[in-house]
Amino acid sequence: MLSRVADSLYWMSRYMERAENIARILDVNLQHVLDLPHREAAIIRKLWAPVLRSTGDETEFYKEYKEASSETVIDFLTLNENNHNSIVNCITFCRENARHVREQISDEMWEELNRFYLNLQGLTVKKILKQGADEFFKHIRSGSHLFQGITDATMTHGEGWDFIQVGKYIERADKTTRILDANEEVLQSPARNGDRATATLKLAAILRSCSAHSAYRRVYVAQIEERKVLEFILLNQQFPRSIRFCTHALDISLRKISGATEETYSNDAEKLTGRLHSELSYNGIDDIISHGVSATMDNIQLQLNNIGEAIYRKYMYFETPTTT
Amino acid sequence: MIGTMALLDKYQPEEFFDEMFEAPHKVRPHYMELFERIQALEPEEFEQRRQAVDASFLRQGITFTVYSDERGTERIFPFDLMPRIIPASEWEFLERGLTQRIIALNKFLHDIYHDQRILKEGLIPKDIVYGAKHFRPEFMNFNVPRDIYIHICGSDLVRDDSGTYYVLEDNGRSPSGVSYLLENRQAMKRAFPNLFDRIRVRPVDHYPEELLNMLKYIAPPSKANPTVVLLTPGIYNSAYFEHSFLARQMGIEIVEGRDLTVQGDRVYMRTTKGLQQVDTIYRRIDDDFLDPEVFRKDSVLGVPGLVRAYRAGNISLANSIGTGVADDKVMYYYVPQMIKFYLGEEPILKNVPTYLGSNESDRKYILENMPKLVVKSANESGGYGMLVGNKATRAELAEFKAKVQADPRNFIAQPILALSRHPSYCDGKFEGRHIDLRPYILYGEKITIVPGGLTRVALRKGSLVVNSSQGGGSKDTWVLSGDH
Repeated sequence: MLSRVADSLYWMSRYMERAENIARILDVNLQHVLDLPHREAAIIRKLWAPVLRSTGDETEFYKEYKEASSETVIDFLTLNENNHNSIVNCITFCRENARHVREQISDEMWEELNRFYLNLQGLTVKKILKQGADEFFKHIRSGSHLFQGITDATMTHGEGWDFIQVGKYIERADKTTRILDANEEVLQSPARNGDRATATLKLAAILRSCSAHSAYRRVYVAQIEERKVLEFILLNQQFPRSIRFCTHALDISLRKISGATEETYSNDAEKLTGRLHSELSYNGIDDIISHGVSATMDNIQLQLNNIGEAIYRKYMYFETPTTT
Repeated sequence: MIGTMALLDKYQPEEFFDEMFEAPHKVRPHYMELFERIQALEPEEFEQRRQAVDASFLRQGITFTVYSDERGTERIFPFDLMPRIIPASEWEFLERGLTQRIIALNKFLHDIYHDQRILKEGLIPKDIVYGAKHFRPEFMNFNVPRDIYIHICGSDLVRDDSGTYYVLEDNGRSPSGVSYLLENRQAMKRAFPNLFDRIRVRPVDHYPEELLNMLKYIAPPSKANPTVVLLTPGIYNSAYFEHSFLARQMGIEIVEGRDLTVQGDRVYMRTTKGLQQVDTIYRRIDDDFLDPEVFRKDSVLGVPGLVRAYRAGNISLANSIGTGVADDKVMYYYVPQMIKFYLGEEPILKNVPTYLGSNESDRKYILENMPKLVVKSANESGGYGMLVGNKATRAELAEFKAKVQADPRNFIAQPILALSRHPSYCDGKFEGRHIDLRPYILYGEKITIVPGGLTRVALRKGSLVVNSSQGGGSKDTWVLSGDH
């Protein structure tokens, strides 16, 4: 497969997953805002700050908007053309990459993506709020799910498909760490007794933002607890949005691409992925909590970045050897 | 019809040659079946099918890029649901004419890059060839693979008010539009599946296969199973949809310049498994941009070293380098002479009468009669760099006069033809609109022309310009297996 094609498939997939996750992050925070007892500007601003930090650029945001309110943050993270990672930009870049590899993906994938893209044209915050922000974010999530489902059902599961998986799982793992990081305050320390009700609401919102609410309920029958939420989203082996699940899937796809057998590696990307996955498999939740949620998330993000770079160097841009 | 008008009841062919109607309400025999089917449709039904087809083009991203917008806006190429029909005998005549023409053009290119007999015998002035923008003296005495220069040719045909066919121009560099021909047929089959049961329309779907056969045929001879790629300038090119469409249909890689590298005079593509050698490039990039080592230094679309590999015989290109000289509208003037000179035959297809700016008496005629003429710059395409005299303002006429006087070699003029018209669906009813026809000719082991071609239609009322950049659309073109 052409290196450029691998690169485009990878980014096509990352941008779609990114759009979905930004919708998730926005959605959970909007729920927090709605649950506030007092809607004071300062509190609302404080609530949005971690979201802006983890999904976009806070400085860029304040260049364009005076106040962090639901409307302005939604505008920035959903529609703003100057924000590289706004949802609409992500879908545009996703489609742009797909156009580059139009002949590699199935007609069904292209048509669905094209339809999704065309539907997002001419959108305004007003329209989003009128239909209900949660409805809109659900629409983005379903669009992504539909695209990923069509991809699985209609594209040959060969090398190109594996690059799509690689992009999807790196992005998902990265954004999941950001969801956890943005909610670090809720997750790090058990709430004092009086705040229990609020804490439960917030934890439930975090679970829902990862589509993990009912899956969590099935594993942990008891009430929702910080430690267990963290454990579930980070370390669960079977839940497809947990970080450990993502690193495992990443490991499998990378080795399928190179042909390396299990428990071995043939390049840096595989080595780094294997290492991260082992860390997640052998570190218990207590180790992570004692290390600190925020520090752990930073560390995972750093490792994911290194994996991304290693993939790029191995497959997408390599020094051309001189042939004889 | 119960109280309602059928779609073509009010249609007026007016004073033009109408493809469908011999006279008001008198349908030509090869259109009879189609006419009856269209008349039987409720206007609403026709409109619904039209909207469904448009929506499906947009959904599938069958679009071209409009350059005036920096973000590269995509538009659908308007598609007119009323097909154009060519009876078998007429097509057989066109096919013979086009075949004769492409053979002569290839012999001409071989000649001017070798012995230059046609120049020595004085049939074409030497400075016209040497002054042609796309003449490549660097390739003198170079032998192109299989001695074929133009592998893919799109020749534009028009008919005048008596129905006589003329060749308007030959596109021997990288003609576009064939993907619309193929997609239009698919769209028609979806919109009117039953029509194809009754009318015997010759298929066109084998074009990609014939194209691939040709590209394999011209590959360097040592290769048993050659690797063929399509080289595109990238997704912002107006014809990118077509490039990716053809690559998909042929099952070959579509590459950009940056995907290729030349090592030891061989061309390789960068893949996830390392470098893989390429044998034939179907390039959709002009000569000027192919190789910054030889042509334009600022080109980022091309591949440094490609020409070295080409000269070494390690890579084949379609079309060959230097074919643009045959595209020059001044050279067009000489095609009938070429046919006589190289083949000893009379031209089967006519040229439109042409006046050359470089010829003194012609130039005088052009300058004095400009309102009656179409004036064209010798090396522009896409409907740019031309003036339709009777539609031009005084200022435009003056501007073109000055241009012709300043650079006579690069201008030609032709009488304004009353191009044939075809019923076309405009704003809820059928009206006559001017059309042309671009058949695609493939020259490989044999010469293949898919039946028909792309019929382009000038959808603006009264307009003679069919180019998509100038408000043109297209129709499906049906060549019948018989004459009715």
